[in-house]
Amino acid sequence: MSPESSGNGQPARVGFFTDTSVCIGCKACEVACKEWNTVPEDGLDFTSMSFDNSGGLSADTWRHVAFIEQREPLGHQDPGVGRPGTVDLGMPSFELPGAGTGADGRGEFRWLMSSDVCKHCTSAACLDVCPTGALFRTEFDTVVVQEDICNGCGYCVPACPYGVIDLREDDGRAWKCTLCYDRIGDGLEPACAKACPTDSIQFGDLDELRERAERRVTALQEAGVSSARLYGEDPGDGVDGAGAFFLLLDEPEAYGLPPDPVVTTRDLPSMWRHAGVAAAALLVGAVATFAGRR
Amino acid sequence: MNTSDATKDGIRGQRPGREAITGAAGVVGEEQRRQRGNGRRRGEPTRVPEAEFRSYYGKPVLNQIVWAAPDIGGYLFLGGLAGASSVLAAGAELTGRPGLARPLKYTALGAISGSTVALVHDLGRPERFVNMLRVFKPTSPMSVGSWILLAYGPMAGAAAVASATGWFPRVGRLATLGAGAVGPLVATYTAPLFCDTAVPAWHDGYRYMPFVFASSAASAAGGMGLVTAPPGQSGPARRAAVGGALVETAVSTVMERRMGLSGEPYRTGRAGALMRAAKALTLAGAAGAVLGRRSRVASAVSGAALLAGSACTRLGVFYAGRQSAADPRYTVVPQRRRLAEREAAEEERGDAAAVPRARKAEE
Repeated sequence: MSPESSGNGQPARVGFFTDTSVCIGCKACEVACKEWNTVPEDGLDFTSMSFDNSGGLSADTWRHVAFIEQREPLGHQDPGVGRPGTVDLGMPSFELPGAGTGADGRGEFRWLMSSDVCKHCTSAACLDVCPTGALFRTEFDTVVVQEDICNGCGYCVPACPYGVIDLREDDGRAWKCTLCYDRIGDGLEPACAKACPTDSIQFGDLDELRERAERRVTALQEAGVSSARLYGEDPGDGVDGAGAFFLLLDEPEAYGLPPDPVVTTRDLPSMWRHAGVAAAALLVGAVATFAGRR
Repeated sequence: MNTSDATKDGIRGQRPGREAITGAAGVVGEEQRRQRGNGRRRGEPTRVPEAEFRSYYGKPVLNQIVWAAPDIGGYLFLGGLAGASSVLAAGAELTGRPGLARPLKYTALGAISGSTVALVHDLGRPERFVNMLRVFKPTSPMSVGSWILLAYGPMAGAAAVASATGWFPRVGRLATLGAGAVGPLVATYTAPLFCDTAVPAWHDGYRYMPFVFASSAASAAGGMGLVTAPPGQSGPARRAAVGGALVETAVSTVMERRMGLSGEPYRTGRAGALMRAAKALTLAGAAGAVLGRRSRVASAVSGAALLAGSACTRLGVFYAGRQSAADPRYTVVPQRRRLAEREAAEEERGDAAAVPRARKAEE
């Protein structure tokens, strides 16, 4: 990434392209993020449902690796990774691979892994509703919380359609991914992208990333991975395009992502109009109550 | 904890989520989804539960609302009570009903003080409350609300103090009228504040919520008038109480019905109980205010019921939001339906629009 690449002295918009088809679930991104940003420990929990042990994005989890174990009794689905013709070892079991019979024994399953992160929306609800201006848009078109301004009102938390930003309990303020604002200003890539061993997390100019993602999804589909699709790359979507977008191998909701998020402030003008009419009605109604004698 | 045992014969006692059929989008449920998409209009009540809705191990999509129920529920209720009380107090002042105006002015000052304290108490960093006044942001109802409170609070305070002491009667009168003019905004801005979130039970009710809040505020202020004012002067309060109570019950019922799936939290769990209690208290209070109009005691009891009903409404709305944020169904299902409707509309638009979609349709 060159900081001045858009030509007008303004750095180009940067973002993440997270290609989940090559994610190996190593969680190096989670660790690197915590280390670089000194994000506190938030419980070494075992969630009991998968190898996921951070559960979801929160004030203390800015990168979250989702693990999805899927049996594929529908059959003939490419696991989505690797060369064609790989030997499927199936779920861990006592029998030799391939010795079993039936859908279970044949081990028709796949693991989906995806590293989730703040989407750095073009139309960001958290930023819109922040009453203090603590959330702001940087010169890289990313969305960042100024921790010396935030007073912990918590409005951004339910405003986010992805469930990203949250309040840190013992601290009271809102925290989320900064897209390593301190690193990218110095021409470095964010910690998670730097640490990713498979380049599942790619950092760069958003325009270039979108082209790269388009090529990748086409290649995957031509290779037979029919379920590959991009998520959040469309500037015409409900948040006017995400700064961090994804290549997914299943529907977004399987990864815990909303299938069609819309920035809530899109309806705010109408909300103000309705509130104005209601206020006027209250005033008129109150005047009417004084019409009587007593 | 994991409760399943891996035995030689396979896994025993495994969690049902492991076996969820989660195949390619092109295979699972696409046809059912199409069928559902056709002819479905927003707001139609959901008769058939969406069996094949999917999520990440049932975990919510949204992060849970961090506000505390007593703080923010109280902030909404007291703000509404204050705003509508100021309106009635201004009317009582203009029509020569000091016995009604005075207690309502005290109510407005007490309630708006309580409301502000609740708001500050709910902050993660209460000492930074003043940061709310760093900026004026029309995109943030909380910012707008802070400025409304800043304009309204001193006027409500001046009106109450002038009334109590008899000092500066002209200033007191001006402050009373000013507070009465800003009061409706105080009573209603909290509706956009709640609705301007991704919480389905709040956002999808934005066309109704301001009316619910305004009428609930009128009912509460009227109830307070019935509790405090002498019967000879409480006529307007009685009418405001009854009118507000009827409108509140009607509009909140319509809201819950028209919101479709997003309205479901208003009928279930703690939110459902609170909303039912709110309706019962409000209607009982309204009936009591009409039937017991000759009795001071009956009027006061009715007024108290209306106040309690208004508080229950705000708490019910609050908990409905929490319930809808906690369940991914309320987030995923309406969005899926919206996508299906959009796809159906694109298909109707003809082949030209369908070409770019061809690749997606293969999925």
